[in-house]
Amino acid sequence: MSGMGGALLEARSVTKQFGGLAAVSNFSVSVNPGELVGLIGPNGAGKTTVFNLITGVYDPTVGEIVFDGKVINPLKPYQVTALGMARTFQNTRLFKNLTALENVKIAGNIRSKAGLGAAICRTPRLLENDARLEATALALLEKLRLAHVADLRAGDLAYGLQRRLEIARALATQPKLLLLDEPAAGMNPQEKQELRELIREIRTEFGLTVMLIEHDMKVVMGLCERIYVLDYGQIIAHGTPEQIRSDPKVIAAYLGTETAA
Amino acid sequence: MARWALTRLAGISATLAILYFISVFVGPRMQEYVLNVVILCGIYVVLAVSLNLINGITGQFSIGHAGFFAVGAYTGAAWSVLWLPRIIDLPFLKLGTFVGDATNLLIALVLGALAAGIAGFVVGLPSLRLRGDYLAIVTLGFGEVIRVLLLNTEAVGGARGMSGIPALVGSFHMELFWVLLLVMLVILVSRNLMRSVRGLTFLAVREDEIAADAMGVNTTKVKVTAFVIGSMFAGAAGVLYAHFFTGISPDAFDMNSSIIITTMVVLGGTGSITGSVVAAILLTALPEFLRFLKDYRMVIFSMTLIIMMLTRPQGIFGHREFSLRGLFRRKERRREGSAPV
Repeated sequence: MSGMGGALLEARSVTKQFGGLAAVSNFSVSVNPGELVGLIGPNGAGKTTVFNLITGVYDPTVGEIVFDGKVINPLKPYQVTALGMARTFQNTRLFKNLTALENVKIAGNIRSKAGLGAAICRTPRLLENDARLEATALALLEKLRLAHVADLRAGDLAYGLQRRLEIARALATQPKLLLLDEPAAGMNPQEKQELRELIREIRTEFGLTVMLIEHDMKVVMGLCERIYVLDYGQIIAHGTPEQIRSDPKVIAAYLGTETAA
Repeated sequence: MARWALTRLAGISATLAILYFISVFVGPRMQEYVLNVVILCGIYVVLAVSLNLINGITGQFSIGHAGFFAVGAYTGAAWSVLWLPRIIDLPFLKLGTFVGDATNLLIALVLGALAAGIAGFVVGLPSLRLRGDYLAIVTLGFGEVIRVLLLNTEAVGGARGMSGIPALVGSFHMELFWVLLLVMLVILVSRNLMRSVRGLTFLAVREDEIAADAMGVNTTKVKVTAFVIGSMFAGAAGVLYAHFFTGISPDAFDMNSSIIITTMVVLGGTGSITGSVVAAILLTALPEFLRFLKDYRMVIFSMTLIIMMLTRPQGIFGHREFSLRGLFRRKERRREGSAPV
């Protein structure tokens, strides 16, 4: 249990096969409460597959995933989210035709107790419930400096804002663990700097544990306390940013090729 | 809570009273032909708005809505024709009295809606695995299966269909009452749902199922719920249809009517409740207004559809709803100029 000082998230020898191909094999990670952990690796290393396994999109072929003391292998993504895990997507997956505010409100609905009947009859309890969801959503948008675009279509927002909105939406589910899939992709240096600050800020503010996949070395090295390196579906190294930076296997698999290029 | 319930109750009573007066005072003063068209428009509004809940709002492309319409019509008719005569002894069920007719129709409506709702549940299940074209094919197949089943079931008249259904909708000039009541109900349910955060999760499923799932939306439940509610209303519309026209046959519920209903939803603007209402009225009334064109009637009708889709592919209303407040707000926003993002 996390309360007893154990890991919040643990993957135990997880393997995922697609047909004959093992996208991820014998993968083990452990993330402690409050940590900020990075998962890096070259293209096609299986990073997003790992996120999909953790969040319940895929079931592991072999192995166990334990979150907050529960084995979550058989759970569907919405059930995993209910347990307190939220994610963003590599290519943003906002509800494009809905407003920024609506996007965040939908995510907040998971913590609402109003039923379908109440929604159809518009009972006082529902109105109260929806007002609370709206207030929470607005506060979140405010916190992520998105209040000025609350009523705009999510699909019309600038790219950087869309990325921030995805984080706001994930936070609305009130997670313990936040998984960020390449949050800095496509951002300019200044936006990346802001993102780093934002991630630190929300971690303290919401008492989050954060795990992020990232391509950008600067972002990962400057932000994460611990890093796992994935190559061909396997963990090839793990340690502090300094250890990773000087690990010959990592340099060969990843950093070496990048500096050469 | 108690005060809320009282206000609601007062509102409902007032609405029922107004509908009753409209029905009893306006109905008899209309030409029979005009009244028929108005009733048919109302029934199609219910069908289009209920399909919009499945197709437009939840994004599950279903083109078998006439199947649910048929299930409701036949279940309701079976109640009044086959079962009712056997328990006619109950005084409050006696046909020909105001209370008896109304009670019978209410029972038929509940049964028809339930039967169609169960069918909706069964058809909704494949929608958990299928999407887009594949789901469309399944729902289309369902509509046809229902039609062929009815065609070959002697108990409900086979190809001849059922006739001599008691005219419960039209008795005591209540036709407008029942039809407008159902129209109001289906609009109210859709609109209230869409105004709640709970209802927004239906839109989320349409927008991006994977993201909705990741944000804690039980997409399975949302899709099946949309199918059940949508088909229940189609079933209720079928009951009204059967008890207004007093005769039904399987070919009234063929693929053509399914496609017409789908066209109404698309033409109105996928997801827009007001759009579905306007398009349903337009597509039901237009062929009637075009009767003077005789043989060219359906040609002009089809041409109108093509031109509308070419000039406004997003539908009459797009994703929007018509509201006076919305008009006002849009003007205001234009005055401010769009805020830089």
